[in-house]
Amino acid sequence: MTLFVVSVIIFVAVNALPGDFAEAILGQGATPEAVTAIREQLGLNQNALTRYFQWLSGALRGDLGVPLSQALFAGNFGATAVGTDVTTVVDQIIPRLKNTLFLAGVSAAISVPLAVTLGVLTALYRNTAFDKAMNVSTLSAISSPEFFIAYVLILFLAVLNPIFPSLSNIFPGMEFSERLTRTMLPALTLTLAVTAQMMRMTRAAIINLLASPYIEMARLKGLSPMRVIVKHALPNALAPIITVIALNLAFLVTGVVVVEVVFVYPGIGQLFVDSVKIRDIPVVQACCLIFAAVYILLNLTADILSIISNPRLRHPK
Amino acid sequence: MTLIYILLGLIALLGLAYVFRLGGQAATGNKPFFRDMPFGVAFGYVLAAALLLFSVWYFFQPTETDGVPRAGVIFFRWAVQGFLMFAAAAYLFRLLGRSVGTEGSKKLFRSMPLTAAFGIMIIIVYAIVSIFAGVIAPYGQEEVLGAANIVPGGNPAIGGNPEYPLGTDQIGRDILSRLIFGAQNTVGIAFVTTCLAFLLGGSLGFLAATLGGWLDQLLSRAVDALMAIPALIFALLLITIATAWAGSASWQVTIYMILIIAVIDSTRVFRLSRAVGQNIVVMDYIEAAKLRGEGLPYLIFREMLPNAYAPLLAEFGLRFCFVFLTIASLSFLGVGIQPPLADWGTMVRDLSQFINFAAFAPNVAVAPLLAAGAIALLTVAVNFVVDWMLHKSSGLKE
Amino acid sequence: MSEPLLKIRNLWIEGRSDETWNPIINGVDLDLNKGEVIGLIGESGAGKSTIGLASMGFTRDGVRISQGSVVFDGVDLVTASAADKRALLGKRIAYVAQSAAASFNPAHKLMDQHTEGPVQHSVSSKGESTEDGIELYRRLRLPNPEEIGFRYPHQVSGGQLQRAMTAMAMACRPDLIIFDEPTTALDVTTQIEVLASIRDIVEQFDTAAIYITHDLAVVAQMADKIKVLLKGDEVEEADTRTMLSQPKEEYTKSLWAVRSFERPAKPSVITGSTPVVSVKNVTAAYGTTDVLHDVSFDIHEGRTVAVVGESGSGKSTTARCITGLLPPRLGHIEFDGMQLPLDYRKRDKMQLRQAQMIYQMADTALNPRKTIGETIGRPVEFYLGLKGKEKRAKVDALLDEIELEPSQYRDRLPSELSGGQKQRIGIARALAAEPKFIICDEVTSALDQLVAEGILKLLAKLQDQLGLSYMFITHDLATVRAISDEVVVMKDGKVVEQGEKAEMFQPPHHPYTDLLLSSVPEMDPDWLDDLLKERGVDNIGDAAVDKM
Repeated sequence: MTLFVVSVIIFVAVNALPGDFAEAILGQGATPEAVTAIREQLGLNQNALTRYFQWLSGALRGDLGVPLSQALFAGNFGATAVGTDVTTVVDQIIPRLKNTLFLAGVSAAISVPLAVTLGVLTALYRNTAFDKAMNVSTLSAISSPEFFIAYVLILFLAVLNPIFPSLSNIFPGMEFSERLTRTMLPALTLTLAVTAQMMRMTRAAIINLLASPYIEMARLKGLSPMRVIVKHALPNALAPIITVIALNLAFLVTGVVVVEVVFVYPGIGQLFVDSVKIRDIPVVQACCLIFAAVYILLNLTADILSIISNPRLRHPK
Repeated sequence: MTLIYILLGLIALLGLAYVFRLGGQAATGNKPFFRDMPFGVAFGYVLAAALLLFSVWYFFQPTETDGVPRAGVIFFRWAVQGFLMFAAAAYLFRLLGRSVGTEGSKKLFRSMPLTAAFGIMIIIVYAIVSIFAGVIAPYGQEEVLGAANIVPGGNPAIGGNPEYPLGTDQIGRDILSRLIFGAQNTVGIAFVTTCLAFLLGGSLGFLAATLGGWLDQLLSRAVDALMAIPALIFALLLITIATAWAGSASWQVTIYMILIIAVIDSTRVFRLSRAVGQNIVVMDYIEAAKLRGEGLPYLIFREMLPNAYAPLLAEFGLRFCFVFLTIASLSFLGVGIQPPLADWGTMVRDLSQFINFAAFAPNVAVAPLLAAGAIALLTVAVNFVVDWMLHKSSGLKE
Repeated sequence: MSEPLLKIRNLWIEGRSDETWNPIINGVDLDLNKGEVIGLIGESGAGKSTIGLASMGFTRDGVRISQGSVVFDGVDLVTASAADKRALLGKRIAYVAQSAAASFNPAHKLMDQHTEGPVQHSVSSKGESTEDGIELYRRLRLPNPEEIGFRYPHQVSGGQLQRAMTAMAMACRPDLIIFDEPTTALDVTTQIEVLASIRDIVEQFDTAAIYITHDLAVVAQMADKIKVLLKGDEVEEADTRTMLSQPKEEYTKSLWAVRSFERPAKPSVITGSTPVVSVKNVTAAYGTTDVLHDVSFDIHEGRTVAVVGESGSGKSTTARCITGLLPPRLGHIEFDGMQLPLDYRKRDKMQLRQAQMIYQMADTALNPRKTIGETIGRPVEFYLGLKGKEKRAKVDALLDEIELEPSQYRDRLPSELSGGQKQRIGIARALAAEPKFIICDEVTSALDQLVAEGILKLLAKLQDQLGLSYMFITHDLATVRAISDEVVVMKDGKVVEQGEKAEMFQPPHHPYTDLLLSSVPEMDPDWLDDLLKERGVDNIGDAAVDKM
């Protein structure tokens, strides 16, 4: 439902362009034929509603149209129909989406356990030197732009100590270990950015929880600290922690854009930025939709999981 | 091989931790501190001590071997020196704050942690630099000077020039001047954007909270929909469109960017101010004012706003950081603040390839990090202050 | 005499605020023998709960024991290691918290939490302790003892949870149980059955107990001896009967005296006179469910009508109907014989001004960012149109009236005042409008008894001076007795009974009123026994309410 609304917003935004879109793209010197061709190519001669539903139904079938760069080519040379050899948006996006998901997966695999462990530790040993040091370093990590972290990592892990390559040029058919090594630096950058946030939120959730009377009760029953945590705190901490993780994975999706550009990682984020620069509207539209979809899906998952893990909602009166 | 070393080190540390706890117990006559210490905590102490020792040892390594600079050591030294310098400056600043000023401000400084003092100091410095950029900067931001690619540090022996202490960029513009003007552009634009976002989101949020009903429903649903798209992505999309719209005028693009980011961020402000407003609206004193027959403006401005001040100010800080980072990221990606205006995000991108020279010419690699560091420093500072403010306001409730 | 079970000597406890440690408990001693029950009594901030927790060797965050010893059966809990303490807690010393709803872990079933102690302390197996739990539930007279333990906490009512928690404390048959205000959050009719069952089970197993409460009448029923505390100092200690009949210290006497405050009765209303406020057949609903059903009563000039009922009876909803915050679905409100618009937004300034309100929580009723002068000055300016000097003079006069020194309090913020002072400011704000009628919504229930008495006396004085009419919403029958002229008893959104106070406290009346009246604990230590004898164990609390 939300996704539907979002698709409307994206479409409306794109169509809010003034004047004739086709002319705007081709510039002043375009021949009238070319403009017509582009219009037909993009279906601009139909009204907005029809176009929207064409785009939407296409998107649902997995057809997101043809990149403008291709269409432009076809238009300038008078072709009215798209040939079979023309790459579609989907063809461009799919392999890159896979790369991006791989990158996000690697960083999630590192950051989630790390953040949860550190979050729990800082909550348990709150107001100690360890907690304060962590507080300062996570705050700094959150505050730094991703590219700053990226360049610092490049400086130390690629230039000064050549452990990982600073450019992540991965391609299909690469060996997994090689691929992992090349993905490592962007993944670490994302990890640093996301872990700090996730850890702080976990810490806050746990501290909140440890202050509740039933934890005090459990301690007053003479249970061991380990049992208090595992048996009494964790089942109740699950919901907030899951929410925190989902929220931050959603954030990861956004962070990917900058990081991919820094490391020239062939993911969807870079495609997005490149398309933005050359104003390739169909691709931008499609990327946007995919980002939004992932974002919404993660938020939805968080909601569902937190409902499932809440005993009140699981066992109604 | 490295793995085995790490493993061995770890085992040694574990053993040390055990000895540390046992020794502590014996030495203090089984004081509760050591008696009830979990093994993990003992390990933590030993690990921290080991890291500290290693840092000290590394800090005093020679900076070059056989004439080749050891960049790692040099960078580490710079980092540590910078850290200590800032800490000392913040300490002095706090000392100053404690002895100068009114009773209220003195009291404020007395309860202030060092991080917050550091934050306030940096914010003041940035504010001064950005306001008086034109006076402070030695050269103009667009001024192309004689020599390109002068190395920072002002040491002629390695390609520096004392006239350009931070060197020049590829087309010969003074980096120091551009950094200073960058403060004006980047910080100024981010500030204006945040103010706009607050004006829009804050007023709508409070209205929604006070009036409720269909207006609240409508606004909240609209904001939900807008927030379903990740902020940076949405901003990129809208800016693409805006650039097509604006044509070639680069200042127009900047204006559009401000408006777009302000609108996107106002959704977050709306959420918060609505939540804050709703918390206040249910208070009995608001009910008392309503029953007295007070009008809406009185309710919002006289009864509610003074109570929302603290959370809104904290949010302003966080929003500012976010807007600032978004603008920097956009500029870094090449669609934000347009040249020839100096801007930190753009500078990082332009100077980024210098970082690859770090191994043999550490000074060269500093330039891109300076711009990126300038961004990080300000956001860190604001975050420190906000963190302190939030801590203080939550502490008072207990 | 043998060594006591629990021996606290010279206990000093400190709490941290603003980076400094301030004393909370100043050298308190306490002895408790096996099977004995001691009542700790005091106003808020007296340190009752802190002592209760300290007798388990436990302190909350930001609190520490600085001196003294807590010796339980030969073990000093102050210096004992964490492991040694754990071996005692839950097994030999158990704790019953104030809010059972918050103290049960929402993620586990009651029985799983019940058996956790015995299993972890290797007292019995899970199966045995489950059976034992069912037996304890039965003894505590919980409904469906076989089945109730297999529910989650949120599926069980507050009074039942409180008894389940007592059962949990009993699971290892401890020598000592700390009861920390176990019935404070409950309604009177529920409280009585929890009290009865706690007392029975403590007697049956010969368990020693520390019973913490602020309610003298409750402690009179439960304890063998009473210790009175004031701001972390011991005032006096004596066995219950002596303490009740011959308190030594002034402070204790003043606590006792609160209960006897009662204003003289006023002549009854002249028949045929127009009431100030008249509630006419009001039916009101939140959403689509009716919460008030055909409520009618009158409030005459210069008189106080107390509206009494337990939580959820519709007392406050009635107030919302009168003020117009919740327009009634049927019926209407008359003021001096004139019908008021149902919605407050449609009432004019004059109508709004005539009826003022004082709230239960003074904390949320005063804007924390406004000085006292601003808070009281606003209605003065708004309704009376006074400005500058005149306004200031009026504010000062009002402060005088509520017995606060104007020059000292005018420029303070609410956070610099005590609870009782804040409530007085609430009264001044209501008076500033120069109203004829004031709604007092549980104005004393958040205050300590001595402070509450002061507020009641002030309200009575103001009524005599200004001829005000009060609608006094309360659940506390002692307050009703102290201040009201007429009483309206409500239950489930309906008026059960109404009449002159003298009639209401004399039988015969409606069975619910009877139940409500008889459930209020009295200072007599034999009260609970007598009541149980009279009514029978199965005819108290929820069971009795359900039979109606």
